[in-house]
Amino acid sequence: MSERPEALRFQFEDLDQQRAADEFGMWVFLLTEVLFFGALFLVYAVARWNHPEAFIDGSHLLNATLGTVNTAILLTSSLAIAVADLAVREDARRLARWMLSATLLLGLAFLAVKGYEYLLEYRHHRVPFLDRPFEWPGPDAREGRLFFNLYFAMTGLHALHLVVGCGLVCAMLWLNERSRLPARLTAQVRAAGLYWHFVDVVWVFLFPLLYLVR
Amino acid sequence: MLESLADILGAVTDFGARVDALFLVMLAASLILVAALVALVVGFCVRYRRGRGDHAGPRLDHRLEYGWSLALLAVFLGFFAWGAWVYVDQQRVPDGTLQIRAVAKQWMWKFHHPGGQREINHLHVPAGRPVEIVLASEDVIHSFYVPAFRLKQDAVPGRYTRTWFEADAPGVHRLFCAEYCGTQHSRMRGTVTVLSPDEYAQWLAERTPDEGLAEAGARLYSALGCSGCHEPGSQVHAPGLRDLYGRPVALASGETVIADEAYLRDAILLPEKHVVAGFDPVMPSFSTQIEEADLMRLIAWLRAESRAGGNDGRP
Amino acid sequence: MADRDTLPRPNYLLDGGTTLKRWLLTTDHKRVAWLYMVSITFFFLLGSAAALLMRLELLTPEGDLLTAEMYNRMFSLHGIIMVWFFLVPAIPATLGNFLIPLMIGAKDLAFPRLNLLSWYIYAFGAAFTVWATVAGGVDTGWTFYTPLSSMFANGNVSAAILGVFIVGFSSILTGINFIVTVHRMRAPGMTWFRLPLFVWANYATAIIMVLATPVLAITLLLVFVERAFGIGIFDPALGGDPLLFQHLFWFYSHPAVYIMILPGMGVVSELVACFARKRVFGYGLMAGSILAIAFLGFLVWGHHMFVSGQAAYAGLMFGLLSFLVAVPSAIKVFNWTATLFRGSIVLETGMLYALGFIGLFTIGGLTGLMLASMAIDVHVHDTYFVVAHFHYIMVGGMVMAYLGGLHFWWPKLTGRLYNEFWGRFSAVAIFVGFNLTFFPQFIMGYQGMPRRYHSYTPEYEPWHVLSSAGAVLLAIGYFLPLLNLGWSMLRGRAAGDNPWGATGLEWRTTSPPPPHNFRNPPVVQREAYDYGSDDAPVPDREMPR
Repeated sequence: MSERPEALRFQFEDLDQQRAADEFGMWVFLLTEVLFFGALFLVYAVARWNHPEAFIDGSHLLNATLGTVNTAILLTSSLAIAVADLAVREDARRLARWMLSATLLLGLAFLAVKGYEYLLEYRHHRVPFLDRPFEWPGPDAREGRLFFNLYFAMTGLHALHLVVGCGLVCAMLWLNERSRLPARLTAQVRAAGLYWHFVDVVWVFLFPLLYLVR
Repeated sequence: MLESLADILGAVTDFGARVDALFLVMLAASLILVAALVALVVGFCVRYRRGRGDHAGPRLDHRLEYGWSLALLAVFLGFFAWGAWVYVDQQRVPDGTLQIRAVAKQWMWKFHHPGGQREINHLHVPAGRPVEIVLASEDVIHSFYVPAFRLKQDAVPGRYTRTWFEADAPGVHRLFCAEYCGTQHSRMRGTVTVLSPDEYAQWLAERTPDEGLAEAGARLYSALGCSGCHEPGSQVHAPGLRDLYGRPVALASGETVIADEAYLRDAILLPEKHVVAGFDPVMPSFSTQIEEADLMRLIAWLRAESRAGGNDGRP
Repeated sequence: MADRDTLPRPNYLLDGGTTLKRWLLTTDHKRVAWLYMVSITFFFLLGSAAALLMRLELLTPEGDLLTAEMYNRMFSLHGIIMVWFFLVPAIPATLGNFLIPLMIGAKDLAFPRLNLLSWYIYAFGAAFTVWATVAGGVDTGWTFYTPLSSMFANGNVSAAILGVFIVGFSSILTGINFIVTVHRMRAPGMTWFRLPLFVWANYATAIIMVLATPVLAITLLLVFVERAFGIGIFDPALGGDPLLFQHLFWFYSHPAVYIMILPGMGVVSELVACFARKRVFGYGLMAGSILAIAFLGFLVWGHHMFVSGQAAYAGLMFGLLSFLVAVPSAIKVFNWTATLFRGSIVLETGMLYALGFIGLFTIGGLTGLMLASMAIDVHVHDTYFVVAHFHYIMVGGMVMAYLGGLHFWWPKLTGRLYNEFWGRFSAVAIFVGFNLTFFPQFIMGYQGMPRRYHSYTPEYEPWHVLSSAGAVLLAIGYFLPLLNLGWSMLRGRAAGDNPWGATGLEWRTTSPPPPHNFRNPPVVQREAYDYGSDDAPVPDREMPR
């Protein structure tokens, strides 16, 4: 299909319809992702409502500095992919290559920092599973476990989404070198960008909820 | 009259008779509706079958469907109100109940009478007196179900749930676990024997244990070390417990809660959750040191000690 | 249509390759529909076999045929397979997949490759779960309530949960595909209010799939990590809340009931209109009530929890909303009946199924109202009354509609006609068998027979015996359409393009349709169901020579 110069897939009447369908589809997909994380945030809210002290104590145990650094990294990466989106639309392939590479590197940097945080938490006995000893400075260690369980589940799921995002950006880099269909590439980078921004926004909610509740 | 009609279904509580009455009326309404629908569908299929040429004439007016929908809505709301009324009445536990504590576990029911009498799967209660069952679970979710009482309440691990009934007359009724709880779920059944008040008193007397539920709680109060801090005159600054049950408690967070069972359970297991105003959060959690049955004993003692105990602080 | 004798008739079943590889790599929505149809039939038979074993076990009060553990595995297998691998995809992924592009005049769905991917995800996840339930056994019930599922149950629960989680993504992708297709791919002139009600129903279903399934996905994922890695989230021992699991589970699983029933309502609307040769009475309100059901369906999940210990006020709200959601359902029943008035009715196989649907759905709905009256629910919750109620909706409603639709569009799917006598006979047999199986369950349910019981007390035995006898009849009934339709593929008479004289774009193309659906892009100038007009299509059962 990709050999067809106009890049129009058979089921569509024209390129406008195709573009509109692609973008609409991506938005509907993101809607399901919102519900996916939304339910997770609801679980968090109920747990926090039931055990406010444990959650405040828990957030003091997280490394807010590293969290802040990661927030900055992710926000910058969103800027980079937004520029890449513009660059592809103008068919500025070199700029697009740089910006996609920057996005990828920032994404990987986020994952590295996150991994380092996990390592610290592992060393300091803050991992309430994997048969590790769990240390909690306050009296309500049970709820402390619940907090850390939620922390690992939420950030882990977010990190997983970011890994998928990095894969997408890799694919975009490859397509950017190879694709001879600017219209198609624009749509693809646009979809990847939407996804990346979404993952970024999830972090913008996760960061204050987990690190900054005081 | 409706409730006497409902007698044919054999409910033995007032709530059961009211459920049956509602059910029978809804059943009758449903039967009328289904009969009308069947008559219409069959009638139309015969009258307007293809080839008979009888489909000329004015079409149905669309106002009809709005009228139909609004009429149904009114009927539905009526049934909802009826059902909700019966349900809400049942949710309100009356004063002066006989309180029996039930602990569910895979796959049995353990009952504790106030006098300390214990039984497994086969519960004995007096007729003509409201009996409250306070339910806890040691493992998974179970459900206390007595079909003859039309009564069901889940027992959820980590919290107390409660239900109550007042049986009319002596008799033996089935007790089932209604919430699927694992391999032997269908074996988690027993009986509820309703005795006349005299027989019940006799039954209790024959089984009087060395100590009642509250006495056992009092023993635990010192054995677990509660008294070391909570007795008046102790070195540690801790709130007194003897007249606590059913009273309002001001919390450090500024809220005021009633010291009911759920609160006391949390206060023992999760002391950080509700710190009492004017006290430091120094109490350790007892979640790993106390089991459901002992918790029930402690709370039974607190309830017995309190002068406000009778009404549980609930409306 | 004068040229149809001379032009070659391309046919999606033959053009595009008939090898297995060609079928497994197809992106044609009509072929993907077949892939789904074959798989859901397989799962339906598997789930039915489990049900039959359960019914045989329940012939006697003692648990003498199966062990308790085996019985629990059987009802879990039955529930998991029937809900997730049969009912949820049943109409949308088969008839919906086949018909939506045809009905709106499109060449395919918006994302054909995504459509095929949905099927692979479905097949992989479902096979994985079935392997888990057969190899290791799962005895949690299809509801996976915590803490039973996360900490107490034995067997392969983690794998089964993971499989259901995977299949959820297939649902989501199908939903996205349908939504985008209905929004962006309609033929010129096909306005929203000219859409057949079948398309409306599948559109509403797709919205539910997209909005509710992710909540189920995350919930199951949390149970999975709790069980597999010990990351407790709902664990009461950590202060987690097992009732929160139920809230989240039913936030999906109640709307999922509408995923199962709305497409059935869509099918019945098409069937009743065609076989009464009349425009559906109150088209606007019918479309509106589909959307109302989909919307209200999101707000009633707590009626599964009246006795769970949730707050009485929450219960009141859920009870009230449950009564409200019944109003649009009642409107539909009324409007179908009103459509028959002064119609020109023929009782073809499809019509018999549709009428069966209306009757059984009505009984299911009315008993649903009894369950929504909270006081009655305190008594019959988790008894056979509930079991009977939802089988009247799911099996009496949904399966009747599916079979009715399958017969109705069979000439379009295959270009063949089935045996009409055996078609009608099987519709009646299934109706009778169904009622014999499930009506006794209402009675014993009200008498207090709890569900999911491997052995039971002897007073319920007569009703169980009746129910089991009905189940055997029902099983035979389900084989008849399989044989009849199978036979028609080999020996059936060739069908014309429009054997029922139905309106709708799908009947304006050839039977079976060409790979890209229409020889000439259709332009729509009429309202849906314009059976009243002078040039409305007439039945055309002859194969053009």
